[in-house]
Amino acid sequence: MSAFDRPDFDVIAGWVQSGDKVLDLGCGDGALLQRLIEERGVRGWGVDIQTHNVVAALRRGINVLQGDLEAGLAGFTDAAFDHVVLSRTLQTVRHTQNILGEMLRVGREAVISFPNFAYWKNRMAVMAGRMPVSEDLPYEWYDSPNLRFFTLLDFEALCDQMGIVVRDRQVLDEAGRSIGEEPNFLGSLAVYRLSRPR
Amino acid sequence: MDTGSSIGLVAPQSAHFSTPLTLRSGAMMPAFDLVYETYGTLNAAKSNAVLVCHALSGHHHVAGLHADNPDSLGWWDNIVGPGRPLDTDKFFIVGVNNLGGCHGSTGPSSINPVTGKPWGSDFPLMAVVDWVRTQARLADLLGIESWAVVMGGSLGGMQALRWTITFPERVRHALVIAAAPKLTAQNIAFNDVARQAILTDPDFHGGHYYAHGTYPQRGLRLARMLGHITYLGDQQMDQRFGRELRNGAFSFGYDVEFEVESYLHHQGDKFAGFFDANTYLLMTRALDYFDPAREGNGDLAAALKKASARFLVTAFSSDWRFSPARSKEIVHALLKNGQDVSYAELDCPYGHDSFLMPDPDYHAVIRAYLDRVKL
Repeated sequence: MSAFDRPDFDVIAGWVQSGDKVLDLGCGDGALLQRLIEERGVRGWGVDIQTHNVVAALRRGINVLQGDLEAGLAGFTDAAFDHVVLSRTLQTVRHTQNILGEMLRVGREAVISFPNFAYWKNRMAVMAGRMPVSEDLPYEWYDSPNLRFFTLLDFEALCDQMGIVVRDRQVLDEAGRSIGEEPNFLGSLAVYRLSRPR
Repeated sequence: MDTGSSIGLVAPQSAHFSTPLTLRSGAMMPAFDLVYETYGTLNAAKSNAVLVCHALSGHHHVAGLHADNPDSLGWWDNIVGPGRPLDTDKFFIVGVNNLGGCHGSTGPSSINPVTGKPWGSDFPLMAVVDWVRTQARLADLLGIESWAVVMGGSLGGMQALRWTITFPERVRHALVIAAAPKLTAQNIAFNDVARQAILTDPDFHGGHYYAHGTYPQRGLRLARMLGHITYLGDQQMDQRFGRELRNGAFSFGYDVEFEVESYLHHQGDKFAGFFDANTYLLMTRALDYFDPAREGNGDLAAALKKASARFLVTAFSSDWRFSPARSKEIVHALLKNGQDVSYAELDCPYGHDSFLMPDPDYHAVIRAYLDRVKL
């Protein structure tokens, strides 16, 4: 997937400012960071576990740190970053609360995008008796890296439970268009901007 | 895996430095020689220079072959050459034998001009910063104001790290491979056993064995055997040697029976045949002393704050001598300062020695990084 058909990247780009320090967890080949660096003038570091992704990010000239998100962010200093990004990755992480807590420990803000399991097409698929396969959930059940299936309402309930403040939220349909009404029904992909309580 | 060198024949050069150098210990070297090799061509802007720092037993002969010895392939030949990660079409690469070494640079086996005899144990002890300062003198001589890259594995990586602190304006990229910000007690302990093997050898003669026409062959051999064990991966050793017996059955004696013994003895004998014991002592002590965080009152991040280089830190999962956790200490100190750093932790089975191996993932990482270095 190229940076150009990642509509959540547009949203994230709108939330960062020049000079901000951004940590991108599960950065893949570094496409988002490269865009944020070139368009928004941020300072960026990516984290990825796969060697081929580390190599790809290095090829872009992006700072990349090889590591396993499941192990948390031990060693990272508190509040070292302005934004800690987790783009389309939270659903693949086993230790959900740990990673959320760690993101808001090392970052002033967390930016998280994830596929909405309650998107109407996903609901239709389940109603028809099959697990959903869509633009934002592009895997068959047997080869999916996704471990967690959750909705906007589920996510917001967890944030509430953990005392995390939702500062902003953008919900997108499969074509990447912004959704206003009924986001938990019409939204395929959610992007959240989170912070610690003030 | 490459077997031949892609850069062919190379020849060492020697430089004499007559301006006295005050060492970290307070001692003074009135003058000294450094032996070095270069590969590739220094560009007109002198912006493509790479310094390769060597580890404990290394030297200036990083790559290529010496005309007088067909078995003289450089110790890191597999990474150097046209189209290789350390590309001689792009970079001008400098390898130097450190001061105190035993491959041509002034060291304990050199003649002390004051006595007319080999320095022996009168040769001053070295700190990593001393090597960096002598390497800077060589850079001055070659007209290199700033290195595009300073790199090395193990003790070589420590020199690269030290360069970024001591001469921040003279290093644009530092590749710190299989290194650590300081030795642990366990690491110092290994070094101590190695030194004790040498120091207690009756042929050591207080370090002045040259005058006795002998050398502490037994001690140096034991030191190397011990060191060698710590450079290999545990699983790799088991896979390579297991419990294989040379003659298929126990012979109920103390001669070589297990294949691993045979291998270690061979390594020890080979090493003791060419390496100088005083240099081995001095190099291990420099490792023990290395701790740049001292400049930041124990805070590595504070010490690294003055560095302006971009960093690539690389560690190997099977390296238990300088484990990935030690490399991550460097990474997190740099991150704390908001400095440019990348980190690769590679699954390579060869333990600490992985940094010398042509592992495809490892070389891909180094290549990807070096390809992006702007000249």
